[in-house]
Amino acid sequence: MAKSKPRVKVPKTAAVGEVITIKTLISHKMESGLRKGKDGNLVPRQIINRFTAEFEGQQIFAVDIDPAISANPFLEFTMKVPGPGEFTFTWVDDDGSVYTKKSKLKIG
Amino acid sequence: MKKILTASAAILMMALTMPAQAEMDIDKLKGVTPTAENHPLAKIISGYEFRNKETQMLQDDDFDNPAYIWVDAGEELWSTEDGAAGKSCAECHGDASDSMKGVKASYPKWNDAKGRPLTLQQQVNDCRTERMQAEEWGWESDEMLGMAAYVASQSRGMPVAVKTDGQMTPWFEKGKDIYYTRVGQLDMSCANCHEDNYGKNIRADMLSQGQINGFPTYRLKWQKLGSVHRRFKGCMKNIRAKPYGVGSDEFVALELYVAWRGQNLPVESPAVRQ
Amino acid sequence: MKLNRRQALALGAGALFVTLTPFRGGALASTADEEIKAFTGGATVMEDDIVSLTAPEIAENGNTVPIGVSVDSPMTSDNYVRRVRILADGNPRAAVATMHFSPLSGSAEANTRMRLAKTQNIIAIAELSDGTYHMAKAAVKVTIGGCGG
Repeated sequence: MAKSKPRVKVPKTAAVGEVITIKTLISHKMESGLRKGKDGNLVPRQIINRFTAEFEGQQIFAVDIDPAISANPFLEFTMKVPGPGEFTFTWVDDDGSVYTKKSKLKIG
Repeated sequence: MKKILTASAAILMMALTMPAQAEMDIDKLKGVTPTAENHPLAKIISGYEFRNKETQMLQDDDFDNPAYIWVDAGEELWSTEDGAAGKSCAECHGDASDSMKGVKASYPKWNDAKGRPLTLQQQVNDCRTERMQAEEWGWESDEMLGMAAYVASQSRGMPVAVKTDGQMTPWFEKGKDIYYTRVGQLDMSCANCHEDNYGKNIRADMLSQGQINGFPTYRLKWQKLGSVHRRFKGCMKNIRAKPYGVGSDEFVALELYVAWRGQNLPVESPAVRQ
Repeated sequence: MKLNRRQALALGAGALFVTLTPFRGGALASTADEEIKAFTGGATVMEDDIVSLTAPEIAENGNTVPIGVSVDSPMTSDNYVRRVRILADGNPRAAVATMHFSPLSGSAEANTRMRLAKTQNIIAIAELSDGTYHMAKAAVKVTIGGCGG
C-alpha cells in the first residue's frame, strides 16, 4: 500500500466497568532490514515502530514494535471502560510518519 | 539427462505417496458434490479445509482477516472518479453489493465484444480503458487487488458456477490440457499434486485440491493479497517450469478449467491460506 | 610519570576497550539472554503459571504466526502488569515487541502476529507493578513447505 491505512474495531457502546476488546490493524510492509532485494542488496528497514492507544488522553496500551512483528501489524487488547469518551490510536513509522484513527465510545 | 529428471520426479512422487505423519482423513473434510458428469473428483473440497486451525481463524473474522485492507481500498476506489471520462465504477454499476453479486462465482466469463473469455482483472481493465478512459491497472497492483477483492467478496457464499460450453469449449479444453500436462525440470503436472495427492504432505506442506474459490487470497507467505495467476506462477516455479505470464491465454484457460473443478464450492474471497 | 612504550600502549588499549564496550540493552543486545537481561536489569525471573503464551504447535508459515499473551493479574491501580517483553530465541534478532499495559487495561491480554525464522521458543516476560518478573515459553515448529511454502 502506498499509504498505510489503519483499521480499528471498537464497540460503539459499553457499560462502565465492562472490559471491552479492541482490535487494530494497519497496512504496512514492515520491512525488517534483513531481507535481500532483487538486486541482492539488503532492503533498508522500515517498520511501524510504536503503537499507542489512548482514551480521553490517557494511555491504556502501547507497544514498542520490533521488525519481528508480521506485515500489516495486528494488535488486539482490552480496556476497562471508565466512562464515555474518545479513543485515539496512533502508529509511528520509522520514516517519521504518524497515522491516527479516532473512535467514540458511548455508555449504554 | 532425461533419466536423472525422471528419477528426481520419481523420488518426489515417492515422498508424496509414502505414509506421511499428518495425512488428512479426506472423509472427515467438508466438501460438495460436482454437478458435471465427467468431473474427476467425487468430493470437491475447499483449500480452507486443508489448513490448520490458526490459519482458518484468520479467515473466519472479517476484521482479523488482513485481506480486508484491500477490500476497504477497493470499496473506496469503487466510488472514486478516475480517467478522462470523469466516471467512477459506481456511476454505471451503482451499489456493488447488488450489481457485483455473482461476478466472482461466474468468472472467467465470455465477452462477446472481445470474442474471448475475460478474467475479473481483464474485465476491470476493459471498463477502465474503454468506458472510463482511464489507464489500465497492473495485474498485481494494490488498486487491482483491492478492486478484485471488493468485487469478489460480493459473491461470498455463492456457489462457483462457470460456463464452459459453447464458445468457451476450446478455452476449457486448453485449460484441461495444461492441467494434466507434465512440465518443468521436475516433470510434474497440476494433477500430480492436486488430484493424485491432496490430503498428503509434500515435505511439511499439506496439499489441497488446488481450488481457487477463495481468490484473491491473503497468503501468510506473501504477507499480502495475491491473484490466482500469481499463485499459478508460484506453483510452476516450484516444479522448475518457466511460468506463463499473468493475464496470458494459458493462465486464463487454466483459471477457467480450475474454476470448473471447484464448481459448487462456496466463494470464500478474500480467503486466507498459508 | 614517564611511561615506556609498553605501558603507554596498554593504557591506550584499555581506554579503547572501555569506549567500545556496548551499552547494556543497546543496539547490540540481540540474543534472547541479552534481551532478558536488558529488560529485567538482571533481576531474577520466575518461570511460573502467571504468564501464559498461546501459539500454534506448528506454524503453517513462519512469516505470519498468530500469538497471544495473557498475564494473571487483577489489574488494579496497585497491582497490575506494567510491561510484557516478547522474544524469539531462534530469530536473527530476539526482539519482537514490548507491550505496555496500565490499570485501565482491564486485563493484561494481547494478541498479535509475528515472524519466526525457524523452529524455536517464543518467550514472554512480564514485569509486575511490584517489581517482580515472570516468564513463559512456547515452542513453535516452523516448517519449510514443499510447494510454495
